This record gives sequence, C-alpha cells and structure tokens, in this order.
Amino acid sequence: MSGPSTYEPKYAAAKWMDQRLPIIRMGADFMTFPSPRNLNYWYTFGGILALCLVVQILSGVILAMHYVADVDKAFASVQRIRRDVPFGWLLQSMHAVGASMFFLAVYMHMFRGLYYGSYKAPREVIWILGCAIYLAMMATAFLGYTLPWGQMSFWGATVITGFFGAVPVVGESLQEWLLGGYSVDNATLNRFFALHYLLPFVIAALVGLHVWALHHVGQNNPIGISAKTESDTLSFHPFYTVKDAFAIAVFLVIFAIFLFYLPDALGHADNYIEADALKTPPHIVPEWYFLPFYAILRAVPSKLFGILLMLGAIVVLFVLPWLDTHKVRSMRFRPIAKWFFLIFIVMCFLLGWCGAETPDNVVPVIGLGKMTFYTLSQIATLYYFAYFLIILPVLGLVEKPIKRPDSITKAVLGDSHRDAGLAPAE
Amino acid sequence: MSDTSVHTTDADLEDGSKRDFIFLATGATAAAGAAAVGWPLVAQMGKAADTLAAGSIEIDLSKIGEGQQLKMLWRGKPVFVRHRTAAEIAEANAVELSVLKDPEVDTDRLIAGPSGAVNQKYLVMVGVCTHFGCVPVGEAGDFDGWYCPCHGSHYDTSGRIRKGPAPKNMVIPPYSFISENVIKVG
Ligand code: HEM
Ligand code: FES
Repeated sequence: MSGPSTYEPKYAAAKWMDQRLPIIRMGADFMTFPSPRNLNYWYTFGGILALCLVVQILSGVILAMHYVADVDKAFASVQRIRRDVPFGWLLQSMHAVGASMFFLAVYMHMFRGLYYGSYKAPREVIWILGCAIYLAMMATAFLGYTLPWGQMSFWGATVITGFFGAVPVVGESLQEWLLGGYSVDNATLNRFFALHYLLPFVIAALVGLHVWALHHVGQNNPIGISAKTESDTLSFHPFYTVKDAFAIAVFLVIFAIFLFYLPDALGHADNYIEADALKTPPHIVPEWYFLPFYAILRAVPSKLFGILLMLGAIVVLFVLPWLDTHKVRSMRFRPIAKWFFLIFIVMCFLLGWCGAETPDNVVPVIGLGKMTFYTLSQIATLYYFAYFLIILPVLGLVEKPIKRPDSITKAVLGDSHRDAGLAPAE
Repeated sequence: MSDTSVHTTDADLEDGSKRDFIFLATGATAAAGAAAVGWPLVAQMGKAADTLAAGSIEIDLSKIGEGQQLKMLWRGKPVFVRHRTAAEIAEANAVELSVLKDPEVDTDRLIAGPSGAVNQKYLVMVGVCTHFGCVPVGEAGDFDGWYCPCHGSHYDTSGRIRKGPAPKNMVIPPYSFISENVIKVG
C-alpha cells in the first residue's frame, strides 16, 4: 500500500530540507497513508498503545530521578515519592496504573488481530514483531515490579528467576548468574533497574519496525479483504486521526478513573510491606496481566514441564501464521472458527481466574460439583493449546467460509456506488 | 570473496592469496577480539568478590528449645535449624524410601558432630522451597513438616518433598560443628 509519495514541498526551506533529509516527506506520507475505509474501533488500539508507551517512558524517566536502587532504600524512596515529592503521588500512580492500561490495550489489540486474521500473509512479520513487543513488555513489567521492593516485588522476582533454576544441569549457575548472587539481593535490584530503564527503548525501536512493516504491506481490516482501489481507502488524516483521538479520549477517561479513584485496585496490599527474605506472603500472585500464564505454569505437577508449557503458550503465538492455514482472514466469514474463537476468549479469562485462586480450592460455580481450580486450569490450558495446535490447523482444511463481499467499497457502500473516487461521506 | 571468477580465469594467484591473507587475519582478529570483549561482558553478571566472600554464620544449638525452629539469613537465604521432638524424629524414621520422590534417609541429611555420631534432634537446612524458592511455613502441611504456600508443596519432618510441584528435598547447607553445641554454616 506504500504508494508513491504525494508530498510537494511548499516553501523554499522545506524544499531545501527535502533534498537533503526527506523527513518532512516521511511525516506527510505517514499522515496521508491510505487506510481501509472500514476500520472499526478495534483498530484504534494501535494508536492507544503508542500513547501508552510514551506515558510509561515519560513518567518512568521522572520516577528514576527520585528512586534509589538499593535494597535498604528502595522501598522508602518509593514511599517518599508518593508522599513528599511534589506530585509524586500522581506520577507514581500514573506509571503503575499505566502499566495495567498498557496491557489492557495490548490484549485488545492482540484479540483483534486473532479475530480478523491480521497475522496471515502478508502480515506475518507485523505479527511476529508484535509478539516480540509483547514479550519485551512482559519482561519490562516484571523488572519494574521488582523495583518498589515490597513483599510481592521480592517474592515475585524470586519465583520468576527460579524458572531459570529449572534448566537441567546448568540451572542453578544460570540463575545465580542472572541474580548476581545466591539470592535476589542488591546486585539483582540494580541490574533490574538498569534493564527496566533500557527495555522500553527497545520496545520503541520494535514498534518502529512494526509500523514500518504495516505501512509496507498495508493494514488489514474487519472484512479481511485487501484494499484494491482508491475508493477502498481513506487518508489516515483526518479520517483516522479523528477516530483514534476519540478512542484515546475514552481510554484516558478510564485511565483517569483508575488513576484518581482506584489507584490500588489492580495492585496488591502485600507490596506495601517491605521485602523480607525470611517470610513469604501466604498467597503469592502476579499482576493481573500475568495470571493466565501463571495458571498454565501451575496446571501440571512438574516444575520443568510447567515452565515449558508457559513458554510454549507464548511460542505458539509466534508461529500462529503457519498454524492457521485457512485462506479467509476475517472470522466474520468463518462460521465455525468464530465460535471456537469465542470459547478461546472465555478460556483465557478462566485461566486468569485460576491464576488468581489457590489451586486446591473448589470453583464456586453450581453444577461443576467439586471441581478444583487445578482441574479447571488443566481444562483451560488444554483448550488454549488445542485452539492453536489442533482446531485452527484442522479448520484450515475443512471449514467452508460464507460468501464475502467483492471489495471494501461494496461492503461499506453497497452495490450502488461502484465507481472509484467517491467523495467519502463527511 | 566476491571475485572468485578472477581466481579461476587469472593464472597469477598472487593477488588472491593476498586477499585470503587479509580476510583470514582480519577474521581471526575479530573473532579473538569478540571473545576477549564478550567474556568480561558475560562474567560481570556473576557473583562479585564481596558477594562470594560473604562470610559464614555460627549458630548455638543449645539456645533452641525442643519443638522450636530458628531462622537465620545466610547468603540472602533463610537457614532453618529445627530442634525436633521425639515424635517428629520417629515420623521421619518411619517413612519408607519407596514413597519418596527424592529418596534420602533422615540420617543422611544430618552432619555428624564432634563425637562422630549424628544427632537426630537438630535438622539444619536451607529453608527454601526447591520449586521456585519461597520460604515454606513450619509445622504445616499434610506431613507435619513444612508447607510451601506458593504452589502447595508439602515437606515432611525431615524436609523431604512429599507432595506438590517441588522436585527435590530441601537442601542441606555445608556446615560443621565447631564445638559440642555450635555449628558453623558455610
Ligand atoms: C507497544 C505495543 C504496540 C504498539 C505501540 C503497537 C502499535 C501498532 C499500531 C500503531 C498499529 C496500526 C494501527 C492498528 O491496526 O491498530 C499496529 C498494528 C498491528 N499490530 Fe501492533 N502494536 C503493539 C503491540 C502489538 C502486539 C503485542 C501484537 C500481537 C502480538 C501486535 C500486532 C499487530 C498487528 C498484527 C497489526 C496489524 C493490524 C492490522 O492491520 O490488522 N501489536 N500496531
Ligand atoms: S515455590 Fe514452593 S511450591 Fe512453588
């Protein structure tokens, strides 16, 4: 879709610059990028995510000016930011709540991609870069959560770095190498801080590649049919800048509700207790956005196998473009896959629920008998993997799609407006 | 090398061998340099000298009453010293090796004192769950030993794994008796 550039420098200075570094041209082409005319609100999360990244980097750099990465001072320094630093309460909450909002948006963005088949040719690389971004986001969030040095910070870090200890033979050395000591301690905190500062910039670079690839092949859209004629597309500005801006405003209202009224709703009370290497909190749980993976980790009674399953849950995302072989992108036209997708979403929520509960407890739902969360997490884990490894590959061979429109223009405007070059309804 | 065609058509190979020399010499230097810079980059992540030197701790066993447990920090990890009751010792001895996931006799998990015999009363171990490293809670779980709240591992009165996801028994740290009642861990 990256058609020829339509930018014409108007001023002498702009022309001079254009001949030396065509950076204005790049921006102008970005703003006039032809986007499918039928994008819905699910397509606004990309822009929302870009905003989230900026918010995290800005608030994070400011927090770093007041934070002290030392096991004896870290906890107090964060409390000081919240109480004594002017507007520290705002910036600290913004960063903590912002991380949750970031994950909320990325999950919407990913489910959108799964439903509309955005991972299929020619967008495999966009998708894989997205998965890499997601992985880097998880790493960043985990490292950042360690910094306030509360009980959950410390024990979360202990449990997660313990994963490396499960590697056969070299596990323990590998783990101690990562920690820089025998256990999570000062060396660990300092390197986590350095990496937590670094990774968002890696994410920013990955987002650059992600958007580059997107602009090279063009955006997918809710019907999954490629834009072919000019009438299939609209200029990014003003049509989608306005739509994105509206979605961002709604998103920011939700963000503000959490920020001002429920700043601790998504956190854990235990993290207001300073880290204590002698005492594990009675109930360790990760942040909400890791709960489904935590449930998968615990769904098998073996340490190594649990970790492999959890990693596998992310690896399948990377290879998804080659697992779903169905020719039709959008599930709007896949009557069977649509239902399996809906069940998939339900299972993801169930996994999240299992991750938050104690495995031996009984699921409080009538009709399930004495089923424990452990059993439920096994069922949901099984479905999670079956969806990618069995259901999608099989449907790729057998599912008959329903009739699709001929083009985006026809889908949006009906048969009467066949001609190209229509003025879009404004 | 991009100009292999020159090699095959040109009888005079001098030019080619000079390039080969430059290619190999540069490549070898780059590889050696990468290794020489790479190793420090990897090694700096490991334990620093002061961390390695972090001393050992001494524990006076006589101060721990029967049925009590002492917790001390050693290398950033808790060490449990439990003065076990007769019932707990009997329970540890009664277990069949065949039911254990990580089979070990209780007395093999103890270190002999100055008299040359082990004292089953005092169990010294690193109080870290072998699953993902949480600190198990004492006098809890299905086997009257320890229970790890993180993912539900049960240990018996000898600190051996009996149920749950942990793969191994709790670790016995290196320690020795410096007198009848005092041990040195580390
Ligand atoms: C920091 C995180 C991310 C940012 C800032 C970001 C940004 C964007 C933007 C601006 C777009 C274009 C607008 C849109 O389609 O919504 C986009 C498209 C896309 N993103 Fe992301 N993204 C992020 C993470 C991810 C992740 C984690 C995935 C999936 C694993 C992903 C998969 C995709 C795909 C497949 C497209 C193409 C969409 C289409 O044309 O249908 N992205 N991204
Ligand atoms: S860390 Fe003890 S059971 Fe997982």
